[in-house]
Amino acid sequence: MIEDPRTKMVRHIIIYAILTTGAIVMMVPLFWTVSTSLKTRDKITIRRLELIPDPVAWENYPYLFEVRPIMQYTRNTMIIVVASLFGAWVPCTLAGYAFARIPFPGRNIFFAILLATMMLPYVVRLIPLFLFFDEIGWTRTFGPLILPRVLGHNAFYIFLYRQFFRGIPEDIYDSARIDGCSEFGVWWRIFMPMSRPVLAAVSIFAFSFAWNDFLNPLIYVGSNKELWTLALGLNALQGFEGEDNSLNLIMVFSMLMIIPMLVVFYFGQKHLISGVTAQGSLKG
Amino acid sequence: MQASLKQQQTQPDTTWKLRLQEWWFRNRALIGFAFIFPWFAGFIIFDAAPFIYNLYLSFTDYQIGTVGVPPWIGLENYIEIFTDDKLFGKSMYNTVYYLGFSVPLRLIFAFLIALILNLRVRGMELYRTLFYVPSVVPLVAATVIFAGFLNTRYGFLNQFLVLIGVTPVRWLSSPDAIKPSLILISLWGFGGQMIIFLAGLQSIPDDLYEAAAIDGGTGWHRLIYITIPLMTPTIFFNLLLGLIGGFQIFEQVFILLDTNGGPLQAGLVYMLHVYNKAFRDFEFGYSAALSVILFLIIFVLTLMVVYTSNRWVFYGDAQDDES
Repeated sequence: MIEDPRTKMVRHIIIYAILTTGAIVMMVPLFWTVSTSLKTRDKITIRRLELIPDPVAWENYPYLFEVRPIMQYTRNTMIIVVASLFGAWVPCTLAGYAFARIPFPGRNIFFAILLATMMLPYVVRLIPLFLFFDEIGWTRTFGPLILPRVLGHNAFYIFLYRQFFRGIPEDIYDSARIDGCSEFGVWWRIFMPMSRPVLAAVSIFAFSFAWNDFLNPLIYVGSNKELWTLALGLNALQGFEGEDNSLNLIMVFSMLMIIPMLVVFYFGQKHLISGVTAQGSLKG
Repeated sequence: MQASLKQQQTQPDTTWKLRLQEWWFRNRALIGFAFIFPWFAGFIIFDAAPFIYNLYLSFTDYQIGTVGVPPWIGLENYIEIFTDDKLFGKSMYNTVYYLGFSVPLRLIFAFLIALILNLRVRGMELYRTLFYVPSVVPLVAATVIFAGFLNTRYGFLNQFLVLIGVTPVRWLSSPDAIKPSLILISLWGFGGQMIIFLAGLQSIPDDLYEAAAIDGGTGWHRLIYITIPLMTPTIFFNLLLGLIGGFQIFEQVFILLDTNGGPLQAGLVYMLHVYNKAFRDFEFGYSAALSVILFLIIFVLTLMVVYTSNRWVFYGDAQDDES
């Protein structure tokens, strides 16, 4: 189709006008966050719009580390992240592999159960789980935050792996089996190396869910400051010396939570989409 | 000499390997079970048992001081919820109000921007990143950022409104503005859905569009007869996830407002009511009953959407038949 150059230009102007306006609107809160994080204390309570901080208060960043145990929050958060990644890499891939490739009796029934649990909202399990962990004395510890993650208790990850593994050609699997590879060997030597897109996608999910989790740390370790995660620490900072006075520090803390997420998503972006959609998991 | 030594070493090795192979093959079912065991154990401990116990709790009067077996009170919790609990209706209204706007608006924004980004003109990757980045911001960070951004005196939005001569709004402290503020925050994160739509759009085969172009179809025709029908599974999937997630909104409200849900409880969403009953008032039985009601709503909603989807969701089977 040949388009009249003038209509093409008008079309392009409209497209870029929409996109640019949209992108600016989306970026304003983030820009304001960066700008506020670099403002001095007397500048944040000025009731006039000032987008470029003057003077630039770089010292806000080290100051936050002085007034809040950021390293401790980070360490606590990383413990949950590591537990999550372990669960996503070992038990979840094994289960996904079994559902995709090992014929065992009742497999379809187990898979139906797996799908059903994906639709089970957390709220109907919240109270019994809390009472259970309270009963065995695990509240105010990391146990309730770690145990489900280490066991790979995530139907969604297993589902993604299963979909991906099913897309790997049967021939590769058969020839490996004929050559005398064990189920474990097929999983470790063939499926895992071939599954980098889905592994990357699930790892990003696992990292970001663990990094962002708020409700669980709140319920289980909210009353134990030693075990606070970054999310809990950030929430608590809101009440620090009156919210308005510490707005710059709140934004510094927000930046500390945002930057690792940006890094993870930047490096995983390519895999994220291909890992989730390549094998048609979204199309059923 | 060397060869014979090698043979001596490999000979027992292969029989050992063969035997292991046989063992693997005979016990495949066992291996399959072993592989799904961690998940299944988790399912029993963290899904099935709590789900059943929660149902049981909802028929009891389990409170903070309750020792031993919680007293069975039948349907009393449910009767109280529907006849006596003003906050039940209030929180349900607030939640439905919130998701009634946020879910469709997010879908529309995500779909429209994905459509434009899919036009493949220059610089699209930069725009895609800019639209996507906000949805990567952790929820807690996004919420405290908006707590500042919407701050009546020192927040960006009101200062900007003053600059252009519009009366500032008390976004988070006036009952009328709380729910729109929550909707605004949720809209900021539409990028995740946009990316999924974009991946879906890019997987539509070019030859369909070429065929339409040969038949004289305009851009509008392509959108109505090709793009939208092929995208319905993805739209449907996102709608369902949006509704299920929207009913469970909690963190934003918990962080932005007090446990009452702000002035006149305009921001008291359903999950906050459940949380308050359990972890503030320690009325676990009552809270369990509230959670069962939420579960039933989500369950019925899921069934409804899945059932009606047969009529409007296009899964591409028909296309295979024709070719």
